[in-house]
Amino acid sequence: MLRARNLEAGYGNLRVLKGLSLHVSPGEVVAIIGANGAGKTTLLSSLAGLVKPSSGEVTFRGADITGSRPEAILAAGSSLVPEGRKLFAPMTVRENLELGGYTVRRRAGRRESDSDLERVFALFPRLAERQGQLAGTLSGGEQQMLAIGRSLMARPELIMLDEPSMGLAPLVIKSIFAALASLRSEGKTILVVEQNAKAILKLADRGYVMETGVLVLEGTGAELLANRDVQRAYLGKEYSSIADDREEP
Amino acid sequence: MTGIDSCETMDRSDLEQVQVERLQATLRRACQNVAFYRDGYEAAGIEVGDVKTLGDLARLPFTTKDDLRRSYPYGMFAVPLKDIVRIHSTSGTTGKPVVVGYTAGDIASWTSLVSRVLRGAGVTEHDLAQIAFNYSLSSAGLGLLYGAEKLGASVVPASGESVAKQVTIMRDYKTTVLVGTPSYALRIASYLRENGIHPDELDLRVGLFGAESWSEATRAEIEAGLHLVAYDNYGLTELMGPGVAFECRGRSGLHVNEDHFIVEVVDPATLDPVRPGEEGELVITTITKQGFPLIRYRTGDLSALVPGDCPCGRKTARIRRVSGRIDDLVIVDGVNVSPAQVEEIVLSVDGLAPHYRIVVDREKGADTIEVQAEVSEDFPFLDEGAKVNALRGRLQAALDEGLGIATRAQLVERNSLDRGEGAKVRRVVDRRPK
Repeated sequence: MLRARNLEAGYGNLRVLKGLSLHVSPGEVVAIIGANGAGKTTLLSSLAGLVKPSSGEVTFRGADITGSRPEAILAAGSSLVPEGRKLFAPMTVRENLELGGYTVRRRAGRRESDSDLERVFALFPRLAERQGQLAGTLSGGEQQMLAIGRSLMARPELIMLDEPSMGLAPLVIKSIFAALASLRSEGKTILVVEQNAKAILKLADRGYVMETGVLVLEGTGAELLANRDVQRAYLGKEYSSIADDREEP
Repeated sequence: MTGIDSCETMDRSDLEQVQVERLQATLRRACQNVAFYRDGYEAAGIEVGDVKTLGDLARLPFTTKDDLRRSYPYGMFAVPLKDIVRIHSTSGTTGKPVVVGYTAGDIASWTSLVSRVLRGAGVTEHDLAQIAFNYSLSSAGLGLLYGAEKLGASVVPASGESVAKQVTIMRDYKTTVLVGTPSYALRIASYLRENGIHPDELDLRVGLFGAESWSEATRAEIEAGLHLVAYDNYGLTELMGPGVAFECRGRSGLHVNEDHFIVEVVDPATLDPVRPGEEGELVITTITKQGFPLIRYRTGDLSALVPGDCPCGRKTARIRRVSGRIDDLVIVDGVNVSPAQVEEIVLSVDGLAPHYRIVVDREKGADTIEVQAEVSEDFPFLDEGAKVNALRGRLQAALDEGLGIATRAQLVERNSLDRGEGAKVRRVVDRRPK
């Protein structure tokens, strides 16, 4: 569905992505894990058209979208849920969602868009309860739900999420990941960048490990979870605790 | 069709994407962690980021067996020893052994690749596989054991047992799949004949043979002697062991597990790529291995890419069965003679067994080639000098005609030549002073 080859991007003279190749197949959940500053957000930004790649190639559903504008990439069916949610704070939950469904409403009519709204409310009942509340007054977890819901309103084929668990309490993270799992079971394709390596690798079909602008490892979620380098660098396990783990029955 | 991984039927463009991604990640890890690659590429002015396509792979230097020997024992490992859970090594018969480390992840992918090998031959959970490879240090026996167990087959690890014991196990346990070297299979076949055991008294149906190159004629001989269908598979301990390439039931070339290995075929003299269908040396790059990644490894094995699609449904590239080793090429007076050529000739002569040896020597400054062949059990005239001489004459005539260089034909007793129990058979003995 999505394919990147030798993607390079940066800001001015600073090269952040140094030739990345990755792909996401239809129906897959693919995770990108890596330390802060590895370039994960720049990667999603360049896949979504927010940052123009300096070289390389991105195709989405077979069409070349390298350097396309964000609205064209969204219209093609690839939607980004940005880090920090970027909601319209002075608008209500419902208004935020309706804005996300703007293109669907224009193309397919209000009824279609309203049924999308019902699906989002079914996925996140909390949003239904708070539909009249101003987005700016929501808790962090609710804002993340709203950001995901708003992106779903555009009926994307591919949802890209940047750090969906950032700054959230463990229980809230759990419910966000549960929502991702149910989107997966509906056949949605998901590309997610995440600090919380353990949780996302348990959910993901495949993952990539990113280090300072390059991908150094690829594998299934289970393979990466079992990889010692991944354990040491991203799962917070030191040498001694790995040894402890092995002693457990 | 069942028994085929989705990775084996991917579209070429999807497969190439996976190969490029894995190749790039492998290069990054290799340069981060293995001085041989880091220093070598730096000295050659190669920036791994410049490898953007599969074609760019050809810009990287080769890795040779000598490079691996120089790194003995752990110099080529890409992870700390504490992350290594298994160490196999080559026999070291021709020099320092090559020591290969596997991470737990390497063992897991190896297991699934070998199970593809077995499924290719139609092995299922209903089979009982007897593994007659030598387990000590070598990768062949354990690799096939894991693959077979993953399929759910019942496995009898029977390495190191005598032929008689192997046959007893085979008969009593009702073995359906025999795994070992082709020369060992021939030994079992001749044991059956000598002891009046008809192969139909056994339940064998599939044979998986590898670790040495063997001809179609040897395959026919094994199949006639054991009443099974014999499949070839390819792998080297340096690369992982068995699981690199294997025959499907069509037996028209070996499918390469291309989601884990990139295969090239080059002219061994110029090192330029040859066209599909043309013979050359196999050069293989591992793209998933963690413990012991190899970039453009010159295998020394002679093969060719098989053009066209396979009716089995797998879309992976196929290589022709390995016909020999480039080190086995005997060069006499500028003429190349390969053991495979000699084997075809020996097998064309009635009364000879498919066991032979090529002895190269130098007498009075001139190179000589002696071809020694075992007399077959079907030749009952051992004490009739005239008939033995006539047989030798037929071999000499066939050699003269087939090779176009002067050779000396020699007959030797049955079972006198090395069968390579577990180990590889030495077909060429070069006694020329270096």
